[in-house]
Amino acid sequence: MSLVTKAPPAAGSAPAGARGGHQKGDRRRRALGKNPIGLLLSAPYLIFVLAVFAWPLVFAVWMSFHEYFFAAPGAQVDRPFVGFDNFREVLGDPDVIRSFGNVGIFLIINVPLTVVLSLVLASALNKAVRFRTFLRVGYFVPYITASVAVVGVWLFLFSGAGLVNQILGPLAPEPSWLINSQWAMPTIALFVTWKQLGFFILLYLAALQNVSQELYEAAATDGAGKVQSFFSVTIPGVRPATVLVLLLSTVTGANLFTEPYLLTGGGGPNGASTSPVLLMYQRGIEQGSPDVAAAIGVLLVIGVLIIAFIQRQVAGGDES
Amino acid sequence: MYTTPTIRRALAATAASAAVVLALGACSSGGGGGGADSRGDITIWLSNNETEIAWGTQMFEAWNAENPDEQITSQEIPAGSSSEEVIGAAITAGNAPCLIFNTAPVAVPQFEKQGGLVDLSSFEGGEQYIEDRTGDAAEQYQNADGEYFQMPWKSNPVMIFYNKDMFTAAGLDAENPSLATYDEFLATARTLVASGVAPNAILPAPTSEFFQSWFDFSPLYAAETGGDQLVEDGEATFNDEDGLAVAEFWATLYDEGLSGKETYQGDSFADGEAAMSIVGPWAVSVYQDAVNWGAVPVPTSEGTPAAETYTFSDAKNVGLFSACENQGTAWDVLKFATSEEQDGQLLELTGQMPLRDDLTTVYPEYFAANPAYEQFGDQAARTVEVPNVANSVAVWQAFRDAYSKSVIFGEGDIQTSLDDAAAEIDALVADE
Repeated sequence: MSLVTKAPPAAGSAPAGARGGHQKGDRRRRALGKNPIGLLLSAPYLIFVLAVFAWPLVFAVWMSFHEYFFAAPGAQVDRPFVGFDNFREVLGDPDVIRSFGNVGIFLIINVPLTVVLSLVLASALNKAVRFRTFLRVGYFVPYITASVAVVGVWLFLFSGAGLVNQILGPLAPEPSWLINSQWAMPTIALFVTWKQLGFFILLYLAALQNVSQELYEAAATDGAGKVQSFFSVTIPGVRPATVLVLLLSTVTGANLFTEPYLLTGGGGPNGASTSPVLLMYQRGIEQGSPDVAAAIGVLLVIGVLIIAFIQRQVAGGDES
Repeated sequence: MYTTPTIRRALAATAASAAVVLALGACSSGGGGGGADSRGDITIWLSNNETEIAWGTQMFEAWNAENPDEQITSQEIPAGSSSEEVIGAAITAGNAPCLIFNTAPVAVPQFEKQGGLVDLSSFEGGEQYIEDRTGDAAEQYQNADGEYFQMPWKSNPVMIFYNKDMFTAAGLDAENPSLATYDEFLATARTLVASGVAPNAILPAPTSEFFQSWFDFSPLYAAETGGDQLVEDGEATFNDEDGLAVAEFWATLYDEGLSGKETYQGDSFADGEAAMSIVGPWAVSVYQDAVNWGAVPVPTSEGTPAAETYTFSDAKNVGLFSACENQGTAWDVLKFATSEEQDGQLLELTGQMPLRDDLTTVYPEYFAANPAYEQFGDQAARTVEVPNVANSVAVWQAFRDAYSKSVIFGEGDIQTSLDDAAAEIDALVADE
């Protein structure tokens, strides 16, 4: 480590010009900090966040309070402020209400299943000696494979004459999974859980490396078995990762789009798997009502923030 | 205390970044187009269909050879989940080309509302040219004010394709199939499925996309009513006796398991998953080596004669976009591309039907040499288009949702479902 020191200028000895230079330098330092290069290096990401997340969010909120549609440059378009009209329309639309209910069912199944399975499998993988790399890759492959590709496999598995129904025989639901109002959303939740699992297992594997081995040894000394160690050492030890997994799976789950779009043919059967984001696509892009779509989006963001807050309060412990 | 400088630095960085973002945004905004008389080079977009690219290529090469100062540059419509979304985005960005030879009529009201299209009636002789070429059918492509924001270009009138080998294997007459009335069609469908030649008699996509009703309900409704649109004079028409008859016909097919409710991944007709399909003339070249096929008009309750049967057009038109700098040239190219000679080339190269009055008498040699297309050429004279109304896509989505619920999945009363959809659609059409 090197230390650069600079002798302070003698009082009253600096020329006026130099004093002006120092004042400019001070102002610049106050504005840009001691390491302006840091600002330069962080600027690309900051620009990315502003352009791709912050600006669209602000614009969406603005749209949701106006009568808005996409128009050609130069077109004379009136976009009056309409107050809460778009929100009233959205909240009075049974399709929208149902889509929020659908995504609620999805989250109730997907989020707990994701947390439990990824933690259990990560703990097992952490202990596994043989085939560890193979298993890690095996769990991660669905995550990095395009949804469009794996949807084809699931359509084959869960169609009426598919493999799952052939195994279940008379126990198979009628109508089959993806065209059954009761089973369509749970099947999608299962699909997404399976597909995302690899990523969450990785998060837990990283967190497990920080749980001290001494804690396990101490627990064993106190007579704790493997199950008790899991509950008393592992789960508290990975609590920050659990909060992260909860948040991420909730946020990605609330943004559900590809699966109902492809797996159940546009939110079928009869709207049983329509998600709010799928409706936003239909209303905003297909039907040319981005103002209504923005109102759905704003409600979705508010809902996700509330859920995330509750999760952090409940699961965060000292971390919150 | 370090909070203030930190905030100040954050603000400075944010302001700088915002300036860059706004500057980039400013760079991307495009300007408006030129006037109706301006001339020069233009760009056109074509569908990515191989045969249409072949037609488009010979068309612009012929134009370019004769017009060195007004050259056409062509490209395929950029990839996207649908052409309409790409075109809508291009209008908003101000970088739409002059002409797009794949503009769906259902999207035209929205493009017009966006200010993205030029009124073709505003060109000298524009309205006359369109009506002389397309005849009475042109009226379906006018907006409520009688203006043409699209050039009717080509149709793919849909008919029932059937697999002759499957019909023969099921003990049915493959040359004169019994498919004219609903009762005949249902009896034939039951025989096909019961004999085990195919798991489905017919398998239109049972999914919820707004456009799927163009290939199940719409053709049969057009036939049953003798040419009515889904919406006429600002009001939904389909919740009448004819609409109910069509809906109940399809509901019977689904209820008896003659049509599947699950999406088939692939071409169900080519793969032998269904013995029949509802398709346009494009299917002739697609199935010519794959299936021993025959074609008949869509059924009606009473068995309308083929020469009087209407169907859905499945048309694609040409839009002239307001971002075009040289609209005078674009209009001339549009007339050149829809001339009798170029329409003949379109027929020859793609097998799709130019939206031209008396098609079979204008190109008798083509239909004599290609008898497989003759039925479609004749059918092209009796097609029904999607209504040119406000909120057109939302209208079709509302209909599809109701149809999906009561007809495909058998939930609730069909008449009530059609009535509810009609009320919703009336409100959408009235909401300009």
